[in-house]
Amino acid sequence: MADQILPIPGSLDTAPSRGAAFLEWLHSWVVTVDHKKLGILYIVYALFFLLVAGVEALVIRIQLAIPNNHFVSPEVYNEMFTMHGTTMVFLVGMPILFGFANYLVPLMIGARDMAFPRLNAFSFWMTAFGGLLLYYSFIGGFGLYGMGAAPDVGWWAYAPLTAKAFSPGHNTDYWALALIVSGFGTLGTAINIIATILSMRCRGMTLFRMPLFSWLMLVVSGLTLITITPLTAAQIMLMIDRYLGGHFFDTQAGGSAVVWMHFFWIFGHPEVYVLVLPAFAIANEVIPVFSRKAIFGYPAMVSASVGIAFVSLTVWAHHMFTVGMTSVGNAFFALSTMMVGIPTGIKIFNWLATMWGGKIRFATPMLFCTAFVMQFLMAGLTGIMLSVAPWNWQLHNSYFVIAHFHYVLVGAIVFCIFAAIYYWYPKVTGRMLSEKLGKWHFWLFFIGFHITFDIMHFVGILGMPRSIYTYEADRGWNTLNMIISIGGMIQGAAVLIFVWNLIDSYLHGDAAGNDPWDAWTLEWSTPSPPPAYNFAEDPVVRSRRPLWDLKHPNDPDWKYER
Amino acid sequence: MSSVPIFVDENWRLPSRGRVGMFSLIIGESAIFTIFVVAYVYYIGRSTYGPTPQILDVPVFNTVCLLSSSITILLAEHAIKHGRMRTFGWWWAATMLLGLEFIAGTAIEWHKLIFEDGLSLRTNLFGTTFYSLVGLHATHVIVGLIGLSLIMAFTLAGRVEQRHAERIQVFSLYWHFVDAVWVVVFTVVYLVGR
Repeated sequence: MADQILPIPGSLDTAPSRGAAFLEWLHSWVVTVDHKKLGILYIVYALFFLLVAGVEALVIRIQLAIPNNHFVSPEVYNEMFTMHGTTMVFLVGMPILFGFANYLVPLMIGARDMAFPRLNAFSFWMTAFGGLLLYYSFIGGFGLYGMGAAPDVGWWAYAPLTAKAFSPGHNTDYWALALIVSGFGTLGTAINIIATILSMRCRGMTLFRMPLFSWLMLVVSGLTLITITPLTAAQIMLMIDRYLGGHFFDTQAGGSAVVWMHFFWIFGHPEVYVLVLPAFAIANEVIPVFSRKAIFGYPAMVSASVGIAFVSLTVWAHHMFTVGMTSVGNAFFALSTMMVGIPTGIKIFNWLATMWGGKIRFATPMLFCTAFVMQFLMAGLTGIMLSVAPWNWQLHNSYFVIAHFHYVLVGAIVFCIFAAIYYWYPKVTGRMLSEKLGKWHFWLFFIGFHITFDIMHFVGILGMPRSIYTYEADRGWNTLNMIISIGGMIQGAAVLIFVWNLIDSYLHGDAAGNDPWDAWTLEWSTPSPPPAYNFAEDPVVRSRRPLWDLKHPNDPDWKYER
Repeated sequence: MSSVPIFVDENWRLPSRGRVGMFSLIIGESAIFTIFVVAYVYYIGRSTYGPTPQILDVPVFNTVCLLSSSITILLAEHAIKHGRMRTFGWWWAATMLLGLEFIAGTAIEWHKLIFEDGLSLRTNLFGTTFYSLVGLHATHVIVGLIGLSLIMAFTLAGRVEQRHAERIQVFSLYWHFVDAVWVVVFTVVYLVGR
């Protein structure tokens, strides 16, 4: 078949050789505009980078395990924490959550595909090439220490460190360009999700009958529109400074480094909510199904999500208390930050009330979601502590802050991502993930997580600053750092079990059937995996739990919902 | 509860995806412009050396041209909606010409600034913020012009028909946005900041 690169579909010739079949398979994934395939591509891409950024985290932890360590050089260490942060936020968090949105939103709202399938493919490939561009810097980047330099300015890339004088070469440009490119991909996906949800719902699927997952994805996408774009704008300014000799962040010409901080955190703080709202979205689907109850307080959940989106736009400068603001500024940002606690508190009570009195099944997805509720509460409480400006002056840029935001990013978001994968893997592949390996994965990860990040609060309070290469032996941080690093290794082992589970269950897992969890949203009415056309006939919906109505014709939900 | 209809509403209508998508894009773009406008406003008068905004001339003719292009494109939308394709073509061409005039006017303005007043992007902070904000807007005008000329080419080839009216309207939203942003940029750069 050497003369035939791409076999003609539907050809009646003899069965294609292995090589040709492989090429056809590859071709079908590269040119696909199907929302399900693109969703899988997003998720696989993000899981790959999850492993990469996890390895980077472990390098950081090995370096910090003992004092005066020289496991890696200071230059490599700077690259590691920069790339760990950048990768986890831009190449893991957003792609995986948009991957779930891509896969699930059309299925949940009874649509054939996304509103703009080709824009969808374009967005994915922009995101993918953004990631490749960023990682190519390890080979092609030229920085302060010569060739092969990845970005090393921290994921926040504060001015004036990013100025040409302090970051010569172009590794910082790799950082900015890669994020501009993937940022356009993200913008495209956000537009697509909004248009899908507002314009493609099946008959009867009013906004207030949508699954909460879709509602939260709508809110997230709206927030993304006004969150990612300021970063793109700031990075364009950075590129103007670095390449065209501009003076935006050049203090000698009257520019201001603090303006970069403002612009970065105008993006950076809502970004946290862009990442965590999809985690809420996942919990909103998993917790009711495994508690065997409808979600408690659906309208409150929706309004709390919209509230979080709005309040999150007004809190960015709580990252900058130590920069020095007026007392009015400090008070404003402290109070607005505390206000985020109100809608998030509503959500936590709603999840608890959903579980309360329910017939809880502790399958792996539910285990992850239960841990999520507790951990997210604790993350929120340390967040309230840090929003108090004087407390923040004491602990800013310490490991306490690192512990706080990893409690959100890992304890809430990664836990929910794992829950989502255990929950929807049967739908996507047609096979169940192993519950036994799943329980091992959960407990190891849970224990490792708490060993690492609980202890991190303590070293933070003991004064250990973030982003340091190493430390002296007499600071009293030695044992704690060793324990933190061991916890990191346990999490690494848990993730390996998870990866093995993904692969092994794909080949040998139990058949899932259409609806293994006895769930209520539309995606479970399709075969697993769903056909390319999703629904043989357009579904018609009369309540928030269409499958409940089908399964219980004597007691349908629409009798009780208005 | 008894009021729940047995059959789902037959008038199930949702907003057009093109419009929703374009409005979303406009919201995102507005955030980009907001950041550049904020940077411009914050940096007014902070240049430590070099030319100041006093060297700017108010581009009245340019502004009139760009803003009238919003009216001509509106007339074009109206024409295609009612199937008057020739009228549509003429108004569309007029829109393009007005857009081209705006870009030409900007080019002349920048030529004067660079070669007579010695203001380039790297001269000082004012130059950086001025060229990036006005340039960002000009970039959007150019993108809009590319779209306008593509549709013009299809129109001349006879491929644009009445049934495309909605797509034309969706595209026009972008052009209206570009014009509306100019009102902000014009106010900030030439009225407030000068």
